[in-house]
Amino acid sequence: MTWSPGEDQIAVQRAPAPGAAGGTYRAFGETLRGLKTTFARVVEGVHTIQYPEQKVPVYPRFRGRHKLHRFEDTGLEKCVGCSLCAAACPSDCIRVVAAENTPEHRVSAGERYAAVYEINISRCIFCGYCEVACPFDAITMGHDFEMSDYNRSDLIFTKEMLLAEPIESTPLRTEGE
Amino acid sequence: MSLAIAGYFEPWWIQIVKALLIFGVALGILPLIIVYERKLLGRFQGRYGPNRVGPFGLLQPLAEIIKFATKEDVRPVTSVGPLFVLAPVISIITAVAAFALVPFGDAPHIFGTRVGLYGVDPSIGPLYVFAFGAIAFYGLMLGGWASGSKYSFLGAMRAAAQLISYEVSQGLALIGVIITAGSLSLTAIVHAQVGMWYFIPQFVGFLIFTIASFAETNRSPFDLVEADAELVAGYFTEYGGTRMVAFLFAEYLNMMVVSGIAVTLFLGGWLLPFGIHPPTWVDPFIVLAKMMVFISFFIWVRATLPRLRYDQLMSFGWKILLPLATANTLVTAIIVVAVHT
Repeated sequence: MTWSPGEDQIAVQRAPAPGAAGGTYRAFGETLRGLKTTFARVVEGVHTIQYPEQKVPVYPRFRGRHKLHRFEDTGLEKCVGCSLCAAACPSDCIRVVAAENTPEHRVSAGERYAAVYEINISRCIFCGYCEVACPFDAITMGHDFEMSDYNRSDLIFTKEMLLAEPIESTPLRTEGE
Repeated sequence: MSLAIAGYFEPWWIQIVKALLIFGVALGILPLIIVYERKLLGRFQGRYGPNRVGPFGLLQPLAEIIKFATKEDVRPVTSVGPLFVLAPVISIITAVAAFALVPFGDAPHIFGTRVGLYGVDPSIGPLYVFAFGAIAFYGLMLGGWASGSKYSFLGAMRAAAQLISYEVSQGLALIGVIITAGSLSLTAIVHAQVGMWYFIPQFVGFLIFTIASFAETNRSPFDLVEADAELVAGYFTEYGGTRMVAFLFAEYLNMMVVSGIAVTLFLGGWLLPFGIHPPTWVDPFIVLAKMMVFISFFIWVRATLPRLRYDQLMSFGWKILLPLATANTLVTAIIVVAVHT
């Protein structure tokens, strides 16, 4: 009994056995097909993104460089120095030293504030757990990803740096893009 | 006694000016071709190619030459000094000498004398090219042998075998044109193409010549001589710095020579189709434009085809291309004889 493929069987297209004439014809035809394929790429155009000038827009939930926030009305820092972010951090790169707010020197809205708030960016894995852990939404992940530097000590971001608006902003992907 | 008529009309000083001009133009266009190749190759792969150095990346070859020129001039202990130095020189001299043959136009009257817009127009045209092509083997063989490295030597053997195999077919493919035109002078061949460019009646010859040219100029898919990904660099493995640049320049110059010959013999040289007769000063630009089209085709094929295996290369050359070229020559000869009698 000979085997016959059913309708659900995909027909296997076999190339002709390489012979002198058949092989030459096949090679020539396939060469032309190849030339057509590569030429189609020229017609199609370039896909390169000229990176430093041109950036890939990031998604809104992209986890980039951290930001610390202030209240917009009062200008007080949201961070109360609770160190929950430092506790949540898997790579242990956040250092918080808290201090008491006094009526003369009020920095944050709560009882205490972060006197020192440092993130060692060179160790951060951008997991976003700090953002999740924060009870006051004081720290969020921003969109910037260009943080390379020449010096390791320059990669320890202080509170002032994290509070400041980033100089260069990363394009954000718009709806439907 | 001269073996061939050189085809000079002009006084000696114009010949020198002409020689300098052609040399200057050829070596001036070369870097542009290199950057053009890389950019076009990029387009074939959906990217830009070099575009950072200078406007549109045009200064890229300059940057590369500076880089190569500042490299240390390494020479293996086992190398044969004088020949090692001589090899790239031979390569580049033969390439430049062959380029002198490409006619960029007829011989118009300039400053009261007839000036041929070519380096030399000998009555033995294509033979001259093949003579210098044969001398170019020495550059390659000496380069491989004098390096004193077995890999270079093996590379040189491969290169020589490939070039000799394909030169036969390349030469035979031209004979069809020569029989049809009835002349070996390249300008006469162009004049014979006024009615119809030879790539139409000699289409098979054109095809064979093109394919053999890929092998002759060590271009993909026949670039086994260097085979960037497999061998280190074939016969110039031990070369570095400016000497390697000399080899590469000779290679690109050979590409220009081959396209020049193809344009002259098959694509009507400085002629335009449909009876358009531009002023004489346009002629060189027409030839250059046609050469660029041919070179673009080279690049297109490079972007498309994978490299052949060595035995495939040999069997293709000897079993398919050579019989085809011979048959083409015979058929052309029979037709020409039949028409003329």
